[in-house]
Amino acid sequence: MKFHVIGVNHNSAPLDVRERLAVPETQLPDAVQHLVNQPGVDEGMVLSTCNRVEVLASSSEAPADLRGFLRSYFGVSPETIIPHIYEFQEREAVRHVFRVAASLDSMVVGEPQILGQVKEAYTVARSLGAINSALEALLSRAFAVAKKVRSETAIGSSSVSIASVAVQLAEKIFGSLEGKTVYLIGAGKMAELAARHLIGHGAKKIIVSNRTYERAASLAESFAGETVPFERMHETAAQADIILTSTGATEPLFRREHGERLLKGRRNRPVFFIDIAVPRNVDPAVNKLDGLFVYDVDDLQSVASNNSAERKKEAERAEKIVEAEVDRFAVRMKSLHLVPTIVSLQEYCETIRQAEIDRIRGRLGSVTPEQEAAIEAMTRGIINKLLHTPITTLKSSATEPEAATIQDMVRRLFNLNNGKPKN
Amino acid sequence: MPLFWLRVALSLYGVGLIYALASFWGGRHVLTRITLPAVGLGMTFHFVALIENSMLSGAWAPASLHELESMLAFLLMVFFFVIYARYGATSPGIAVFPLVFLLTVSAASGNSPSSASMPLLVSRQWIFVHVGLIFIGYAGLIFSFIASILYLIQEKNLKNKNSTGIWTRLPALAVIDDMGYKCLLWGFPFMTLGLISGAIVAEARVGPHYFLDAKILISIVMWVLYMVLLYTRWSAGWRGRRAAYLATFAFATAVLAWAANSLSHTHRFIAP
Repeated sequence: MKFHVIGVNHNSAPLDVRERLAVPETQLPDAVQHLVNQPGVDEGMVLSTCNRVEVLASSSEAPADLRGFLRSYFGVSPETIIPHIYEFQEREAVRHVFRVAASLDSMVVGEPQILGQVKEAYTVARSLGAINSALEALLSRAFAVAKKVRSETAIGSSSVSIASVAVQLAEKIFGSLEGKTVYLIGAGKMAELAARHLIGHGAKKIIVSNRTYERAASLAESFAGETVPFERMHETAAQADIILTSTGATEPLFRREHGERLLKGRRNRPVFFIDIAVPRNVDPAVNKLDGLFVYDVDDLQSVASNNSAERKKEAERAEKIVEAEVDRFAVRMKSLHLVPTIVSLQEYCETIRQAEIDRIRGRLGSVTPEQEAAIEAMTRGIINKLLHTPITTLKSSATEPEAATIQDMVRRLFNLNNGKPKN
Repeated sequence: MPLFWLRVALSLYGVGLIYALASFWGGRHVLTRITLPAVGLGMTFHFVALIENSMLSGAWAPASLHELESMLAFLLMVFFFVIYARYGATSPGIAVFPLVFLLTVSAASGNSPSSASMPLLVSRQWIFVHVGLIFIGYAGLIFSFIASILYLIQEKNLKNKNSTGIWTRLPALAVIDDMGYKCLLWGFPFMTLGLISGAIVAEARVGPHYFLDAKILISIVMWVLYMVLLYTRWSAGWRGRRAAYLATFAFATAVLAWAANSLSHTHRFIAP
């Protein structure tokens, strides 16, 4: 059984090429049907996301014509897309599928969505009968590898954008953002974006304060939040768990004394200041107070950069896991070739056993059920013991170069190629 | 046989100890998966050892220092798993596992229960109630202390904008804070009832002078500190550094109260 992959992704092709090859969700079944009708394709799956379009297939005899599929299904001339496509066969294809599922081939390495997208593509193909034993074995292993990578490395545990770093830090302070209040001081685009991110992670209430009241009111309305006049900002700040500042003020809006008052008002419950203003709206001295945490734009950027470096390190560990799993899968696939020989050998011996029992039954006359069971057990025991060594040898030879010779020898010795044994 | 089960438990707690030590140089990944089942199994064997010990000695109350250590170690493990079930946090294990291991090492090196069964000054049932309650209170205090330390580490990480390294994998500040507070809250009634039951026993056996004993005085100081800790949380919402210092002080007093056994004339349930 051979595996083949052909496709384009964010590294190999620009967006306009990926757009031309993208398969909408509703047309995915049609694409899979088209794929399995291609010459040489036994099983197939189509994966289409915003960053990649890939076709995975298995073939037993003739090579699978995947370029033909791209040509006929998408109606694109090979010359235009060949510079952008990648193709993998057998071991390389297995490695590629494992890397994609484990999010090692993603634009943001370690992002979790890709595994869900591969699983969706698998479900569609499976429901159409386009996935059988070989792709089933490959994909179920790919899912297990992805899970292993996620649990044994910290590849997906850190955030790499400023907005997600802010959420990550807020979660480090509050555990969960469920029910938390976010105070936006300043109503710029960046503040709005960060607030949306915080709300997306469970923050409940938004309060907006801005020098221009109308702008604050309009932003508050978009979040179904409250508006507070700018001059009442300090007296209302104690309501907030997270304070996001982004005004153009040239002097800090929050100094140490404001921090102390804030803590008193909150009975020492922590507050997270996200200061994305330049110059800064929160005096760094506020960070020195117990329970107040101040992160300015450089701090957030530095955490994001550290996280990126951490992810790279974890990705190297993940690559090693994938490599070991590719080896293991190759051994498994090789031993699958031996299954028909082992089954034939067992059937051959069982036929002889049955024939011999039938032959001798006439001579034995009537036997009690206990005697019958004893004969069954004894003959089965002999067969199992005789077959134990040849079957073990066959299995252990799977990875050796002479595997095919040994398999052929067994088939010839027991005449497994020519049907029934002679009585 | 109880010693045998205790030693089996000890070897499984050893995995916890290795996990805790490995935490300091970041090799926890592989161990994380095997540590919890190992120490959980160790706790089960520990329970078997405690039950068998009680059945052999014919009483539930600990009759020697080693048995006390064994019981405290077991209660600490129970607390650890309750916290794990509630918060999903394994970080307290970094401090709890070595402590449990050391207590169990000491307990497992002790005499067999039969030889430790010495005549008692007071009834064993009362001692069991007293020791059981006090130890749950101790466990609460120990966990609260551990949570305070973890809080300080996590707070320092966040203040210093440190986003890498093993300590950044600690639970969120609010989770650690809640963990420490709940431990205090649960431990306090047990500690209070434990001290009351101890006072009743001492009053009955020694008379009103029991109050002047060093261990008992230190225990009362510890209880007052325990109460102050809780009060400052309730009234002023103390957390972070101030709460951690107070928890450290209360914990140090608890250790002192434990160690003061040798100075005490009243608190000797084993006859000299």
